[in-house]
Amino acid sequence: MTEPKEPRWAQKLFAQLVEGGVTLFTHVPDAGNKALIQLAERNNETVALLLSTEEEGVGICAGADLVGARGVVCMQSSGVGNCVNHLSLVKGGRFPLFLIVTMRGDYGEMNPWQYPMGQAVDTVLKAMGLLVFRVDSEAELQSATGAALAACFTGGQGVALVLSQRFLGAKTF
Amino acid sequence: MTMADALLDRRELLPRLFPNPSEYLIVSGLAGASRDAAAFTREADNLFTMGGAMGAAVPIGLGMALCAPDRKIAVITGDGELMMSIGSLATVASAAPQNLSIVCIDNGQHGETGGQKGHTAERTDLELMARGAGIAATMAIRCPEELGAAAKFLVESVAPRFLCARVMPGPPSDWKRDWNLADCRTRFRDALLERG
Repeated sequence: MTEPKEPRWAQKLFAQLVEGGVTLFTHVPDAGNKALIQLAERNNETVALLLSTEEEGVGICAGADLVGARGVVCMQSSGVGNCVNHLSLVKGGRFPLFLIVTMRGDYGEMNPWQYPMGQAVDTVLKAMGLLVFRVDSEAELQSATGAALAACFTGGQGVALVLSQRFLGAKTF
Repeated sequence: MTMADALLDRRELLPRLFPNPSEYLIVSGLAGASRDAAAFTREADNLFTMGGAMGAAVPIGLGMALCAPDRKIAVITGDGELMMSIGSLATVASAAPQNLSIVCIDNGQHGETGGQKGHTAERTDLELMARGAGIAATMAIRCPEELGAAAKFLVESVAPRFLCARVMPGPPSDWKRDWNLADCRTRFRDALLERG
């Protein structure tokens, strides 16, 4: 049995990030970022790196920046809460940080554990000085990704590309 | 092994471990580790010191190691800072960068905040935790006679490598360092990337 092919949106997102110079895909696994990480694992030019906890990705991408490389941190929305103090590197150090947040506790969520952090994601990210690019449909993905790439790696900002459950679909139990 | 066995003066540690610090790109964890590293290198351009984001020293070193595979990377941090991201040792072990050395200056206490006792003062053994995380090359030292072997370990063992230096309680090096992290980032990058 062959693995099902990654959805087209994930292939386009991956290609756009690679085109934008991203070589390092740090991640804590989530159903929403699974396809993106599979693509990064398969590609010879990119590295997919499993984290123990999401804030490690913030430091790792800062380290990548210090030597002139570009990384992203892929996480579920619950991971945003784990990152908060390490996001000091963005506002304090002007590190260009690129988060890809796949939402839970959002549109159609059935797990009550996911709502507190999911509903706080925008507020927390903005409080730490990141720009939030929210994607609610596939039609918005390319322009949001392009804007986030420009703001981050050219504009020197911390950014979060937030893929909502309206876009990804809510997990069913 | 308790802290009472430690006979190392932290202020004399780094020059013995790294006779040629300019060969490395270095990140140092907050508080005493960064003061020691800054005094040791005279705050050279190849050092990124931290004053916050506790727990991020090993991740920053790992990011540098993965993205600059032809450079030698050193993380210099304290036991409290390392405990806060102890899982990052597993991330290091899995990623297995061949150019990363981690040195923990383990004084068994939170020196910056008043010397409160830390986990490593009695039961917790960071060398064992590093080994348990999957880092094959580990070493612990506690007296000056072991410094030569430790310096050799940092050159000859197969990276990633982890060295735990159990030091006596006592102040870190006296050095007033640059606290502006944006300036520290710019200085580090300009020196590295403009030189090509």
